[in-house]
Amino acid sequence: MTDTRTVRVEILSRVEGEGALHIETRQGRLERVELQIYEPPRLFESLLRGRPLEETPDITARICGICPVAYQMTAVHALERALGVQITPEIRRLRRLLYCGEWIESHALHIHLLHAPDFLGYDSGLAMAADHPQEVNRGLRLKKHGNQLLEVLGGRAIHPINVAVGGFYRAPRREALQRLIPDFEWGLQAAIEATRWVATLRFPDYCRDYHFVALRHPDEYPFNEGRVASSRGEAIDIDDYERRFAEVHVPHSTALHSETRPDGGCYHVGPLARIALNRDRLLEPARRLADELRFETPCGNPYRSIVARGLELVQAYAEALDILRDYRDFQPHRIPYGHREGTGCAATEAPRGLIFHRYQITADGLIEFAKIVPPTSQNQKQIEDDLRDWLPGVLDRPDAELARRAEELVRNYDPCISCSTHFLKVHRHDH
Amino acid sequence: MPATSSKPRLGVFKFASCDGCQLSLLDAEDELLAIAGQVEICFFPEASSRMLPGPYDVALVEGSITTAHDAERIQQVRRDAKFLMTIGACATAGGIQALRNWGNTAEFVRGVYARPEYIRTLEKSTAIADHVRVDFELRGCPVNHHQLVEVLAALVAGRRPRTPGHAVCLDCKRAGTVCITVARGQPCLGPVTQAGCGAICPAYDRGCFGCHGPARQCNCESLVGHLVQLGHDANDLLPLVRNFNGAAPEFRTVSDRLEQGWPEAGGPPPERIPT
Repeated sequence: MTDTRTVRVEILSRVEGEGALHIETRQGRLERVELQIYEPPRLFESLLRGRPLEETPDITARICGICPVAYQMTAVHALERALGVQITPEIRRLRRLLYCGEWIESHALHIHLLHAPDFLGYDSGLAMAADHPQEVNRGLRLKKHGNQLLEVLGGRAIHPINVAVGGFYRAPRREALQRLIPDFEWGLQAAIEATRWVATLRFPDYCRDYHFVALRHPDEYPFNEGRVASSRGEAIDIDDYERRFAEVHVPHSTALHSETRPDGGCYHVGPLARIALNRDRLLEPARRLADELRFETPCGNPYRSIVARGLELVQAYAEALDILRDYRDFQPHRIPYGHREGTGCAATEAPRGLIFHRYQITADGLIEFAKIVPPTSQNQKQIEDDLRDWLPGVLDRPDAELARRAEELVRNYDPCISCSTHFLKVHRHDH
Repeated sequence: MPATSSKPRLGVFKFASCDGCQLSLLDAEDELLAIAGQVEICFFPEASSRMLPGPYDVALVEGSITTAHDAERIQQVRRDAKFLMTIGACATAGGIQALRNWGNTAEFVRGVYARPEYIRTLEKSTAIADHVRVDFELRGCPVNHHQLVEVLAALVAGRRPRTPGHAVCLDCKRAGTVCITVARGQPCLGPVTQAGCGAICPAYDRGCFGCHGPARQCNCESLVGHLVQLGHDANDLLPLVRNFNGAAPEFRTVSDRLEQGWPEAGGPPPERIPT
């Protein structure tokens, strides 16, 4: 029994959804690491079958309350490809604006309430607020801006109701968007200050050679379209995504793991991957800040993802301001279409990373087949790989410290477990 | 933290859900720090790594029951909670995942997972009230954060929460939104759906799809009869009624009738049709 040790973190905190971490050691050596997602399966791909395709953006939004827009955007783009619908540049820009709202809300939340407490030694952002009121209040205000934009454009912040296949149910009035500009001008500066602040945090000296995967677009920082770029090889078309990446089902998780084909390797999606592959596409304020902060590219330190999120927060504000300032009322806000049989896939960039959907539709406009690959299930194998790499160096630490630090490593990925069900307790069994 | 804290102890518990309703609490940016000052947040894993054991004065429960483990866990939450409040459509009506209740769950699992034998899930997704006594239900998919703050403030002050029981339809009239059913003949669940969302869908030129569930004393049968009379096909109305709150009894009975091809199989219901 001398070499038997059990560590349990029953519920991984400050992440969305429910998961656990399982660590097994034999005679003091790491044997197995499992990121366990025990979030109950909700079976979205199956419950979409036979339903009108027009409902897909509303239903898939319910996969995740934190990034519903990512699901809505990916769904409408995939369905429009299946239907042969071409959206106008005006609709496209409005969709980018909606995505900016979600990135601002999600990144401001993760930076201030979920992630920063790890570096400063607090249990929560709320506890951190007592000693860092200025930073937390600024973060809340940034988060609120994201939500306000989602409300104006989407009707409400969580599960917006204005996203339709073909465009929007109603285009916002210019005045309603113009009213947001002063707040967003303040927010751009505040996001720059917040990113300067997180860049001063003390980061563990840990670095990996990641296989980064993200969308890349000829002239934009990626949101809604692009090719699937990789730090290890050529970019591929989205239609080839399933040839390069596969989902596998492992016993310890209700999430499907993604891996590269054919070698079964892990890969990394999210802000670090996006910046590694798209730094030259950042808008001026974000690119200048990345240079000022000497943010390395590629950055293989997962803890520095908080800085990457900050840079993307600046990016989202800068882009939102551009769109808000240029916006004119326009028609049509929704492209009409007829139903036809078809298949369509799309990938977009959720705050947590690349998200892929594929749908098959019937001539009656019903969903016949749905495949949804969220960012966290793509990162799950990478997270386990990080833990496997990092844990052997810290196995001499007390159980409580080990559990806490393993959780911190996982939180770098801003995992969204609700999404990936289809995540962490630490159990350490030493045989 | 002083052990003698007299602030109400709050716990936030998640079952099968998207996290959106508990996120609503974090989305109350203006009130969040004030709330955190008024209650002791003892258990809220999405926001804090500090997890204190019960008892709790107030338990917010998000999500539906879909696993045997969760069916046991909710019993413990009930034992630990003085006041148990469900938040959102999943907890109050089973949520969108309750669509499985009309299908074959084993087939649904096979449709998603390569190794169905790894998955443990119940045949049905059920509301929290099907398992334990619920003291208050806050509706919505998601809940409205202003309503959530109002209920928490009321609980702290020891007064009754002010949440409306009327239908979305009335909020449209108050807002001066043109009725999309009357003006354009589009199907809308506004007359039978509980207010709380701000009647956003009709204001964005689309019919209400029932996020906040059945309003008090709603007559869903009459509304659907009217929509059928306007020429809408039962097959098109079925998914509208059977969605995020489809398993709520008032909506369930009507969608079951629609499935049988209303009104042919269901007889002539539209006697009380408004003209």
